[in-house]
Amino acid sequence: MGKLISKIPDGPLAEKWTRYKASVKLVNPANKKKIEIIVVGTGLSGAGAASALGELGYSVKNFCYQDSPRRAHSVAAQGGINAAKNYQNDGDSTFRLFYDMIKGGDYRAREANVYRAAEVSNQVIDHFTALGVPFARDYGGTLDTRSFGGVQVSRTFYAKGQTGQQCLLGCYSSLNRQIKKGNVKMFPRREMLDLVVIDGRARGIITRNLITGEIERHGAHAVVLATGGYGTIYYLSTLAVNSNASAAWKAHRKGAFFANPSFVQIHPTSVPQLNEFQSKLTLMSESLRNDGRIWVPKTKGDKRPANDIPEEERDYYLERRYPAFGNLVPRDVASRAAKERCDAGYGVGESGLAVNLDFRDAINKQGKKAIENKYGNLFDMYKTITGIDSYDEPMRIYPAGHYTMGGLWVDYELMTTIPGLYAIGESNFSDHGANRLGASSLMQAAGDGYFILPNTISNYLADQISVAKIATDKPEFEEAEKAAKERINKLMSIKGKHTASSFHKRLGKIMWDYVGMSRNETGLKKALELVRELKDEFWKDLNISGSAADLNMELEKAGRVADYFDLAQLLITDALDRKESCGAHFREEYQTPDGEALRNDDEFAYVAAWEYAGEGKPHILHKEELKFEYVEMKVRSYK
Amino acid sequence: MNLTLKIWRQKNAGAKGNFATYRMEDVSPEMSFLEMLDALNKKLVEEDKEPVAFDHDCREGICGSCGMYINGHPHGPVPAVTTCLLSMRYFSDGDTLWVEPWRAKPFPVIKDLIVDRSAFDKIQIAGGFISINAGAAPESNSILAQKKNADSAFDSSICIGCGACVAACKNASAMLFVSAKISQFALLPQGRIEAKERVRAMVEKMDELGFGNCSNTGACEAECPKEIKLTNIARLNREYYKAY
Repeated sequence: MGKLISKIPDGPLAEKWTRYKASVKLVNPANKKKIEIIVVGTGLSGAGAASALGELGYSVKNFCYQDSPRRAHSVAAQGGINAAKNYQNDGDSTFRLFYDMIKGGDYRAREANVYRAAEVSNQVIDHFTALGVPFARDYGGTLDTRSFGGVQVSRTFYAKGQTGQQCLLGCYSSLNRQIKKGNVKMFPRREMLDLVVIDGRARGIITRNLITGEIERHGAHAVVLATGGYGTIYYLSTLAVNSNASAAWKAHRKGAFFANPSFVQIHPTSVPQLNEFQSKLTLMSESLRNDGRIWVPKTKGDKRPANDIPEEERDYYLERRYPAFGNLVPRDVASRAAKERCDAGYGVGESGLAVNLDFRDAINKQGKKAIENKYGNLFDMYKTITGIDSYDEPMRIYPAGHYTMGGLWVDYELMTTIPGLYAIGESNFSDHGANRLGASSLMQAAGDGYFILPNTISNYLADQISVAKIATDKPEFEEAEKAAKERINKLMSIKGKHTASSFHKRLGKIMWDYVGMSRNETGLKKALELVRELKDEFWKDLNISGSAADLNMELEKAGRVADYFDLAQLLITDALDRKESCGAHFREEYQTPDGEALRNDDEFAYVAAWEYAGEGKPHILHKEELKFEYVEMKVRSYK
Repeated sequence: MNLTLKIWRQKNAGAKGNFATYRMEDVSPEMSFLEMLDALNKKLVEEDKEPVAFDHDCREGICGSCGMYINGHPHGPVPAVTTCLLSMRYFSDGDTLWVEPWRAKPFPVIKDLIVDRSAFDKIQIAGGFISINAGAAPESNSILAQKKNADSAFDSSICIGCGACVAACKNASAMLFVSAKISQFALLPQGRIEAKERVRAMVEKMDELGFGNCSNTGACEAECPKEIKLTNIARLNREYYKAY
């Protein structure tokens, strides 16, 4: 290993996927039944892939840590899902969606993958509609769309502020159909503890049954990780509190390169932290920026209630700085602008770490009813959490850790650097560059799961038809199981004083303070040191009560936090290595005089793919040069 | 504020459970109910005692993982809120809170406040889908749906599968849960094609799993954190009669 072969097909951009599909090796229906595939995760990509592979006739085993596949964190996506349907006649096309994603990602994504994601987006919408996802409709019965940040067309399909829930339940329903048919076997309440590699190929996983504590072996001809992102490395984030990176990290330790770990999206519109016990930050959908105007007082430390501050004393700073896109600038730009105002002392609320998101003008113009129709559930949720009615006064919002563009390195076929191991959805790195545009996460996850992976995986499996069912009594399974058990014993036997969550919280603070929206060399180096110290302390002073042979949520948490210490170090190393600002990665040393990100295409137009070199050894960096043949690399301007 | 918690502790499905009493001091009104339990668990783990096990994940009211009775009400005394979003500002200093797992035969207790809700998955597996393979879908706008029907389908489809309806019902009926899915598909043209098979299969599975009958008391609607309406049950009954 060592060379990154991206396997991008020849031919013009718009024909690559068609050509690929026309020449890919196939597995005949009779052989498919004999081939087993493990899919870990049941979000849009995981449940999508498990369904589609089941429909094709493969024998699929699908795993999730929740009690039901319907609870995967795709469920919480709010605002919408993009597709290049051009239903609005506003000039949209596959190319424009591709272009917006490349530009939005600040020219750090692979052209061919992004184009394909845009290309399958229309199929995704058609499939969800056919599955009965109740997207919003116009009076004539057709599907409605809305605008999202970073683009000038209206291409976002939605189901109020619960689009993720509706799409996930669509995936869950197609998964259930395959479970009924016997093509998919579901393993809920299982956590993947390791990947089993035999003769250089992914051949199975080790799991812990979260009810009984039993360690189990599962073999397969190929393994698909659909395990989401690592946003909870910040402790407080918009993610589900049990979301974690352990499956991906275990695969990384077994040879899968980890790409661009420092590309983490901080979402601009989350409910600010209200108290020190807080366990998560709740997102307020970006779609709110369609009608809400973001502002802070023009006077520092102005603590008057928002409604008492007259129009001329309000600074609509996004509209001021970015007249062309205004409140709809991409997420990274909006987050940094909010931080800039708050750091300069203009923030609102008790902590000063919040800005106003104001619907006054939209309500005056469109009426309360129209706003309620579009965002009713978000306003309700905001009120439930804060007690504030945002129909009468502005919401207060602040950025929060949200989505990780980085992830396992994959080639065009979505295969990692371990043959037979695939990564799809948020768990891979491939489509969003250094910043993801809103409503393209559901799009990419569903596209990967339903339409891309089921096509590319046959290219690998076609050569596996003569391989017998993978027996789990092989020494590699033995060793992986032993290692998993030893690690559990090690964690259980520390018997220190503090909970896993308390360490997680401290890790999150280090990451947020030094490796968040704004980074610099001194801070990153300090963070590296602090994380190392905290890791040592963790392994000396952790306490887990209860038993490992039982349902034990403290043990689950501890394992995930332990992996986060290692991922955090790699994330920081990557942030140090990338001496430029691009997308969500903002290095203070590299900025324009007016504070915008300053990219360095000559030296950094590459994907940083990190190879694990062994415990305590520095990671090895491999660079995949990014070539832009169809898009000119420009300064990303939303002014 | 200071609170007394009476929490159901049960080692596993086979063990006998009982209420344990905990004193919680300095509870902030800004905490959520689960954050208050986090604080209790932190204390317990630091004392090397077993923490209270409860299901939870998204903590923003959408995944449906959490759920427990608080003073006899599924998800607590505040309407239209899941346990994870229930704010402690609704409680007062000196309150005693009784916290229990869902009590329903089809939802056996796994540990403490965690119950096995896989019966819900089984009902969905029986028929809660539209039979279409990836790749076979027609162009979206070739399927037109009346806006009011699509909006109603959405209102039914927002069920989070938490089980509060079953827990609230004296008969442990799953009618509200099943009817929400039946309604979503019944209201959309895509769902009409298999409407009969679906309603038969889901109702049959629901009965087989031991959920009770609906006697129209409306407790499910009153306690549903997503405010799923009783009219869904009326639609389910109509669909069911039409299917035979």
